[in-house]
Order: sequence, then C-alpha cells, then structure tokens
Amino acid sequence: MMDNGFSSPRKDAFPVGLRVLVVDDDPTWLKILEKMLRKCSYEVTTCGLARDALHLLRERKDGYDIVISDVNMPDMDGFKLLEHVGLRWIFLLLNASDKMYSCHLTVMSVDGETSQVMKGVQHGACDYLLKPIRMKELRNIWQHVFRKKINEVRDIEILEGMESIQMARNGLDQSNDGYLLCGEDLTSVKKRKDVESKHDDKDPGDNSSTKKARVVWSVDLHQKFVEAVNQIGFDKVGPKKILDLMNVPWLTRENVASHLQREGFPLMQKYRLYLSRLLKENDTKISVGGIKHSDSPLGDSANSFGTQNSINIQQNDVSSRSYGFSGNSLLVQNVEPRSHDNERKGIVSKIVAEPKRALTVEVPDPHKPRSSQMEFGHSLTSPASEVNYAEYDSNFPTKFSWWEIPQSRLKQEQKPLHLDDGFSHLTWPGKQQHIQVDYPQPAPPIISGSSVTGRGMGGSVKIKPLYDECRKNGSQPEKSGFNLRCISDLESAQKNINWGMSPFATLDDDFQVRWVQGDCYAMNLGLENIDFPEYFDRGLLADVPTHLYDAVSFDYQNLYDPTECSLIEQGLFIA
Amino acid sequence: MLGLGADRLRADMNRLLALLFHQGVLDEQFLQLQQLQDESSPNFVSEVVNIYFHESEKLLRNLRGLLMDRECSDYKKMGIHLNQFIGSSSSIGAKRVRNVCVAFRAASEQNNRAGCLRALELLEHEYCYLKNKMHELFQLEQQRLLAAGVRYPMQN
Repeated sequence: MMDNGFSSPRKDAFPVGLRVLVVDDDPTWLKILEKMLRKCSYEVTTCGLARDALHLLRERKDGYDIVISDVNMPDMDGFKLLEHVGLRWIFLLLNASDKMYSCHLTVMSVDGETSQVMKGVQHGACDYLLKPIRMKELRNIWQHVFRKKINEVRDIEILEGMESIQMARNGLDQSNDGYLLCGEDLTSVKKRKDVESKHDDKDPGDNSSTKKARVVWSVDLHQKFVEAVNQIGFDKVGPKKILDLMNVPWLTRENVASHLQREGFPLMQKYRLYLSRLLKENDTKISVGGIKHSDSPLGDSANSFGTQNSINIQQNDVSSRSYGFSGNSLLVQNVEPRSHDNERKGIVSKIVAEPKRALTVEVPDPHKPRSSQMEFGHSLTSPASEVNYAEYDSNFPTKFSWWEIPQSRLKQEQKPLHLDDGFSHLTWPGKQQHIQVDYPQPAPPIISGSSVTGRGMGGSVKIKPLYDECRKNGSQPEKSGFNLRCISDLESAQKNINWGMSPFATLDDDFQVRWVQGDCYAMNLGLENIDFPEYFDRGLLADVPTHLYDAVSFDYQNLYDPTECSLIEQGLFIA
Repeated sequence: MLGLGADRLRADMNRLLALLFHQGVLDEQFLQLQQLQDESSPNFVSEVVNIYFHESEKLLRNLRGLLMDRECSDYKKMGIHLNQFIGSSSSIGAKRVRNVCVAFRAASEQNNRAGCLRALELLEHEYCYLKNKMHELFQLEQQRLLAAGVRYPMQN
C-alpha cells in the first residue's frame, strides 16, 4: 500500500493511521511485519530493498512517521539507511535476535514535518526491536512519535524565549568543525536552535542549562558517545573519560556530562531490557559466542563466564564491554564481518577488542539475578552454545567442564547446576516435565524433559551414553553428527545436547523448552535418527502430564478425543 | 455429517501440530503466525510459509552449489546465506531447521568442509521434513474447510 502523495497523519485518530515504512530484505519477515502493523491499524508501506526505501524517504519527506528497518540487509544496513536519510524520521532498527550490536544504541530520530526551527530536535537513544517481534512492541511504537511531538512543543516554547541568545552563542561557541562533525551544513545548524535535547522526560525543566554552551547531538556524535561509554564501561563511566575517548575537539566536558545524564540512563535501561529479552529467547548463544573472539586464555574467567548467567554479566555491564560479551556472543560473534557491512566494522572492531576485558571485569561480579528464570536459563545453557559449538572447542581450555562449574558461581541460581545429577533424573517423562515448567531448575531436567518429544524413548537412554562417552573423553565416533565433533570433550557434548535449547523459553513458552531434546538428538546423533515420525510414540504422548503444556492450555489427554474439541480450541490451534 | 468430518479433521490437524511442537520442528513463532491469520487474510499462514519455502529452496541450492565447489568453498558466502536462512526460519518458527543452520554456520566459520557437508545433508533433511509436514497440515486445513462447507482456494 503506497501513499500516492503527500499525506499527513490523521492526528485525530492517533495512533491509528500511523504511517510506517518497513524495510527488510527477508520477504517472509516483511510479510509478517506488514500484517502485524496492519493489525495495529497503522498504514504500512513495505520495502524489500534499502535503496528503494531511501528513494521513498527522500521523495516523500513527510510521508512517514516511523521507519522500521532491518539491520542486516544485503545492499545497505539499517544504519547506513539512517545516515542517508539524515535523521528525519523516527527510526527503529530491527534485528534478528541473534545479532545484536551495541552500535544500535544510537541517537536516531528526528521528525520530518516540524518547522525549520525545530529541525534540530533530536531524540535520545533509539529503539531497536529484536526479532521475533511481539505485537505488543509494535503497538507501542507510536509512543516514539508522540513523545517526540511533545518534546518538540516544549522545545519550541523554550526556544522562543531564548532565540536571540542562541543566535549569538552559535557564532561564538561553536566552531565550524563542530558543525562539520555533526554532518550538517552551517545554515541548517544555525537555524536549528542550539538546544540541548530535552526529550528526556526525566529532565524536563532543565532551564539552568541555558547558560551553558549547547550541543546538538547528532547521530554521529551520539554514536561516538555510545562507543566511548561502551569502551569505558558503564560502571566506570565519567564525562572526562568519555570526552577523552570521543576525541571531538569542540566538545566540552559539560556537554558530555549533561548528555550522559540524559542519555546514559535510558540507554542502559534499554539495552538491559533488550538483552534480557534476548537472553530469554536465546540463551546460550549469547553467553558463549563471544568467547570465540577473545584469544586470551580465558581460563577461569571463561569458566565462570560460561556458567554464570549471562544476565548477571549483562546487568553489570550493560555498558561495559563484557556486556558486549554476554549478550555478546551475540555481539561479538555476529558483529564480525561475516555480515556484509563495512559501516559496522568500525564499531564491531571495538566490540571485538573488548571481550577479554569484559570478561575479567564482569565475571567475578556476583550479581543479583534479575529473575530466576532468566538466570536459570542462562547458566543452563551458557556453556552450551549452539552457535559456538566448534568455536567453543577450540577456545575453551580443556579444564573447563560443564559440570565442574563451581557451585559458587551458581549460588545465585536457584539450584546448582549439576549435570551429572541432572542426568540421573533421566527417567522417562515423569517428573522432568514438571521441572521444566518451573523454570529455575538445572539443565538436566530440561534436557530430559525434552525427551518427551518425538524423540521418544530413545531420548533418555541416549543421553546417558552420550555423556558417558564424552566423559571418558574417548573418541566420539563420527556418528555424533556433523558437528565438528572432533570434540571428545565434555563441553562439546554438552553443547551438542543443549544445542537445541536455543530460544530459551520463558515460563510462557514452555514449548520451546520442551522440545529441546528433540533438537539435540537430531543434531547430535547424526543421521541415524532422522526418521522422526517413527520416534513419536503415542504412548509417550499420553504420558505427558498436562501441566507441561501450560502455555498452550489444553488438556493433552483430550487431544485425541474428538468430542472434546473445545479444549483444543482454547489453545493455540487452528480454530 | 459434514460437521463431524470437519471436527475430525481439525483434531487431526491439532494432533499433527502437537507432534511438530513436540519434536521441536516448530516453535511458538508459528503460533504467532496463526494468531495473525484472520478474516482479512484467511490464508496468511500458508502464504507466509510458501514464501518461506520459496526462499529456502533458493538458499539451499546456493549452499549446495557453494559446498560442491571442491576448489575453494566460499565459506563466507555460505555464512551469509545461512544468516538469511536463520532469519527466515525464525520468522515462521522453524526451530529445527534454524538450529541446523546455526550449527552449519559454525562449521562454515571454521572452514570445516566435512562438517558443512554433514550439516547440509541434515539441513536438507530437516527442511524436507518440515515441508512435508506443512503440506500435510495445509491439506488437512483445506479438507476441513471444505468439510465445513467453506470455499477455500486450493493452495500448494
């Protein structure tokens, strides 16, 4: 659905009719996003190519309220797109959940339709959305537009009061270099009042700042700021340090200090929020991946890192690079130039450089678990990264073993992570299911739980031998699947088994946890077990306790009873 | 008479879905897709899945092509394809396929040809399984709708 001409938002029906432009090279996602946004009653335009989006945005300067763009696109990534369109729209970046970049936390939006005077108002940290996106998040995107408009109104009032002062100051306080850095031409900057961005709701009436030199925090500038903060580490951050790292000659310490005050906190919070969500869904990948990039013998820290909840780390270090680490395997790993984007490399390299440090800084820090669920998930899966399987092997010191994970590390978790013990629980469905549902349980239950899946009886039985073999450090026969399972190490075995655990379900998503094992099997045991259907034993199904499917809320037993379809309909099935 | 048939078919569909969830072939995202389907887009799920199949087959062909090149396999390009595959698989909740892709990607990062080959085999297998099951599901759906007396455009 394309806008044929200039169309302004229907203000009276806001947020209905919010004009959204979605850019994503993946046609499946594009279709899904379009549908989701339409369900929110937004006006949606889709674009499969970044350059088409660019064209659209330039052509219809006021045609859209929000742009949602995927970050990883073949021709251009979301950032580049943003740079090209010159901060004219609220920009939300869309990211596959296994690829998160710290550089995403940048200033992102400027509106497209306010007067020339207001053009300079810039927003604070942008939003970025992780795939898979929830309807809820999409429904909320209008808030960006709303907030911006509110801020604009407020800023206009303030500006009008200070106009003359500002103009004078512009000439004196800002050098041309500053403007160039902001990537804007002189005229537009002068027109744009030199106002400290006041859209931070926490800091509404900071009129005292009128006395200080104001800085327009452009995307570039804010990016530098964010990078500096990331390098230093949120816990050690300070205006002077940031200023030094940013290397922007005309910027003053005061500028940085007030920006930090405004942006630091929301930035951190956003990051945490996304990370926690990410972790909930992606467990292992996050924690282990980054390790690959650090060549230092991580040793103990690696151990603890691996076992400790990624969340712990993150919480500590949203800013610190370790964060980069935990979330990071995501960050580090994915950020690597495997993707086609050069822009990112600059930032990427920073991230990559940090993990070592991050590790040391963060790991020892005991941190209160944000939630037992998440923690649990992490400790569970952290050593087992589906992504880093092979990397794991090569980089982790052999002394690291999954169950040697010192109990102390797991103190914060609700239960010690005892794989060995866990596996002894590997009896047929029975209690594991139960354990699964109550999150804070050590890994084994999950694994065993998933044995309920079609893998069938084979499940529990197979896990044991797998471990035994690994334990012996004996040579794993090749049957262990294509995974670079030259791995006779335990951890690799662990990884393999936990592999399927990837999107680590929250309590709401019991399903994910449950069928973990099924995944593992297919992967671990190679091709012998490929005939999935045969593994599905009806009898097993009947044994599955109903509470296992809480999220689905249907009575499993009734599934086979055609006369009680109503229960099924309550669930998620096609009605 | 018609009603009974529709009910039975629905039960069959649900059973199939339950199986797929059990096996980890599908995950919650698939349910989200189902929830998006409504009167204004009654074939939403099958449309999305068909787009997915179309894209996936291209990717699989590319991957096989890259891997079969004995001279020098372009692992980087494989990684790019795999990233795409991972992204789109997660869009419909194709969990197992996605997981294999992740492992495949890991192997490609290590330039591990043997590992990649095995991963590709497994991937193709998983993908076929998923595709077959999806077809089965859509067929059941079509039959059910017919049985329930609803006009439904035949789709693949």
